[in-house]
Amino acid sequence: MSPLSAYLLLSSFLFSIGLAGALTRRNAILVLIGIELMLNAANLNFIAFWRYGPHPEALTGVMFAIFSISVAAAEAAVGLSIILAVYRHSKTTNLDQLNSMKG
Amino acid sequence: MTISFLLLAAITIIGTAAAMTLKNLVHCVLALTLGLVGLAALYLQLGAQFVGFTQILVYVGAVAILAAFAVMMTRSANQTLTQTASSFRASGALIAVLVFAVLAWAIYSGTSKQPILSAQPEGTVGQVGVALMHHFVLPLEVIGLLLTAALIGAGILAMDEHRGNR
Repeated sequence: MSPLSAYLLLSSFLFSIGLAGALTRRNAILVLIGIELMLNAANLNFIAFWRYGPHPEALTGVMFAIFSISVAAAEAAVGLSIILAVYRHSKTTNLDQLNSMKG
Repeated sequence: MTISFLLLAAITIIGTAAAMTLKNLVHCVLALTLGLVGLAALYLQLGAQFVGFTQILVYVGAVAILAAFAVMMTRSANQTLTQTASSFRASGALIAVLVFAVLAWAIYSGTSKQPILSAQPEGTVGQVGVALMHHFVLPLEVIGLLLTAALIGAGILAMDEHRGNR
């Protein structure tokens, strides 16, 4: 197995763990963490393709990973504050009990 | 497939899998921190210094702490209510396993068996800085704008609406 496929396999495993967490856990914070794990798997793909790609001196994969990390950080901040606002309103973060948009 | 890669991959997988399976939410966040540190070490091993340090600063330093604070601030008294149906859990895990199987098959059949012989590329912090200031100036400004908007938006969202009767 070439090093690139090893990194790609690890990243797809990370993606699957994040997907399983986002689908099975019922706490809103853990669902958000699962989505973060999926974004991290994509970042690992960017870096692995940059390292083993044909033109690493262009730094494209590194740049894409940096911007992806920034967007993920913004998403985490806004998502967690939305969870805080929802919790203040309905006193729970369990997604099964958050079943109404109003009231 | 070196020893260091296997070790770091094991740390990352153990950390993230524990983060998604543990019962206690604070333990989940701590395990997530371990997994993210392993991922940052993998970036460093791949030669992407700046991304590795950014990963430690942003994820380990900020996102994990933010998640820990959110867990502590939303601690609900009835934690035992969060039992889901086992069929629901099983179907979610089955979907994840199927996705992994498809991805692994695509990787196995799509990448060449020959190891790609390329020298370790230089992704030092200085080169990244020069590239950010020359070729990627516009995306950098846009990302700065996005982060400012996200900062203000997160502050407004988390602010208590009824501050008068606090």
